[in-house]
Amino acid sequence: MSAEHEVAVLGVGMHPWGKWGRNFVEYGIVAAQAALDDAGLGWDDVQFVAGADTIRNGYPGFIAGATFSQALGWKGNRVSSSYAACASGAQALDSARAQILAGLCDVALVVGADTTPKGFFAPVGGDRPDDPDWLRFRLLGATNPTYFALYARRRIEQYGATPEDFARVRAKNSRHGATNPNARYPKEFTVEDVMASPVVADPLHLLEICATSDGGAAVVLASTEFARRHTNDPVRVAAISTVTPTYPQTVLELPAFATDSAAVVGAPPRPFRDAIAHAAYEQAGLGPDDLDLAEVYDLSSALELDWYENIGLCPEGEAERLLDDGDTELGGRVPVNPSGGLACFGEAIPAQALAQVCEVTWQLRGQATGRQVEGARVGLTINQGLFGHGSSVILTR
Amino acid sequence: MAAKTQVPAVEGWFTLDPDRPALLGSRCRSCGIVCFPREASFCRNPACTSREFDEVELSRTGTLWSFTDNRYQPPEPYVSADPFEPYAIAAVELAAEKMVVLGQLVAGTDITTLRAGQPVELVLGTLYSDDEHDYLVWKWRPVADGDPKGAAR
Repeated sequence: MSAEHEVAVLGVGMHPWGKWGRNFVEYGIVAAQAALDDAGLGWDDVQFVAGADTIRNGYPGFIAGATFSQALGWKGNRVSSSYAACASGAQALDSARAQILAGLCDVALVVGADTTPKGFFAPVGGDRPDDPDWLRFRLLGATNPTYFALYARRRIEQYGATPEDFARVRAKNSRHGATNPNARYPKEFTVEDVMASPVVADPLHLLEICATSDGGAAVVLASTEFARRHTNDPVRVAAISTVTPTYPQTVLELPAFATDSAAVVGAPPRPFRDAIAHAAYEQAGLGPDDLDLAEVYDLSSALELDWYENIGLCPEGEAERLLDDGDTELGGRVPVNPSGGLACFGEAIPAQALAQVCEVTWQLRGQATGRQVEGARVGLTINQGLFGHGSSVILTR
Repeated sequence: MAAKTQVPAVEGWFTLDPDRPALLGSRCRSCGIVCFPREASFCRNPACTSREFDEVELSRTGTLWSFTDNRYQPPEPYVSADPFEPYAIAAVELAAEKMVVLGQLVAGTDITTLRAGQPVELVLGTLYSDDEHDYLVWKWRPVADGDPKGAAR
C-alpha cells in the first residue's frame, strides 16, 4: 500500500488479562488511558472513538463507542461501534482508519474490552430455534472446543500430525508468554505437562484450548501528517483485512452445521483463512517472506499450525516441520505468538484483535521486554471468528 | 407404561423414515445449489437472485472428514443426560453434494477406532426425552465398507 493510504499507531495500551469479574468498561478505560499516555496525547485530542462490542454485557456492550466515550467524559466526538466476533477489534480499527484516510479526523481512539462468564461460551439466552448458534448447542452439543478438535483431528488424519505436535506449540507459547505482564497465564509448561492435562475434546487437552478471559486493549491511530508532528518513525498500519468468505465457504466454520456445497459453484481459489491473509498482503504490497513475526489466533494449539500455512509461512502439511525446526520460536526465522498468544491470555473477544496489534507495535518499537524479536520491522496479526468474520492487520516500521 | 411418542427435535431438517432417514436441504430452482439446513428466502450463490427452492434429500451416506468427542457437560440449550454422558461428533463429507455435514455419532461409538475416509450412514437417534416424548435427531453411524443399512433397497 502506498504511504498515502497508511495511518500511524501513536499509542497502544492494555488492561491485563485475567478473570477479574469487574465491569468491562473499567478494563477499556484503563487500556484507553494507557494508550493515550503512550501516545503523549490526552482525551481532548481524540476526535473519533471506535468501540469493539461485547455481546455478553448488556446494552452498554452493544454501543461500545458511546459507552467508552461517556466513561471518558462526553465531549461531542463522533463514535462507531463494531461487532465482528473475534475480528471486532480489527473492524473497529478499520472504521477508525477509514475516518482518518477520508480526512474526517486526525486522531482516533479504538477500544475493546470484555468481561466473560465462567466455562464454555454459551449462546445468548432464551429459546431461539432460528439462531444457528443456539441450534448447534441444542442439536449437537457442539461447543467451541468441538470445532477446534475437529480441525485438530483433521490435521492428524490429513498430514500425520501428532498430539505431541500440538503440545509442543503450547509449550513454545508458554515460554514466550512466561514474562508477559499482560498475560493471564504467565507460566511455562512442558510437553509432558500439556499431555497430562485432561482431554476436553479428543485430541485436544485442556491446556491446548484457549480460556475465556476479561481484558481490555486500546490503540490510538493518527494520520501520518499528525504523527509526523508528534513523533519520529512511528509504527504504521500497512493493511487491515476484514474480508468475508467467498461462496462456497468450504471451511467448516462455527456455528455452522455444514459447509457450503461446492458441487455447482466450484470452491474459491483460496479457502477463507488463506483469503484473509492474502487480502492483507495485497493491501500492504508485502508477502510472507517480509514478515519478522506474526500473532495468530491459537484458539487451540493445533490451529496455530493451520495458521502457519494460511499465512504462507510454509506449504500445506509442513507446519509441523516448521515447528520442529524452531522457525516459529523466539530466535527463529519468524517467531509466531511472541506474546504467548491466546494460550497465555485466553480470549477477551472484542479486545483480542487489538491486543494482537498492541503486541506487534511493542515488537516493532523494540519494547517487548523478555520476548523481543530482534530487529523486527514487519508484523502480521490474524484471526477468525464466528459467522464469516476474520481479520488480519499488517504493521510496519 | 405406554411407549413414548417419537418427535423430531427440530422440524423439517430430516425425514422420519425409520430405515432410510435423510437430511432435508434446499435446492435453488434457478442455479441448483444445495444448502443444509435449507435456505428458504434468498439464494446464497452471489450470482443468483432466485427466491424459489425445492426440498431435497441429501445423500444418506458419506465418509468421515473428522471426528471428536465432548467429555464435559456443555451449556444449555443442550439437554444433557443426568449424569452427563460424553458423546462423539463427526464431520462427514457427502460426495455428491461436495459438502461436510456435522452430526453426533451414534452412542457407543469408540472414536479411537475411527479413521478419516471411513464410510458412515445417517440414522435417527434419541437426542433427549421427557415424560411423553423421545426427541429425535440425525446421527452418523460407521459402517463396514459397502454395507450401509438398506443400501440394497
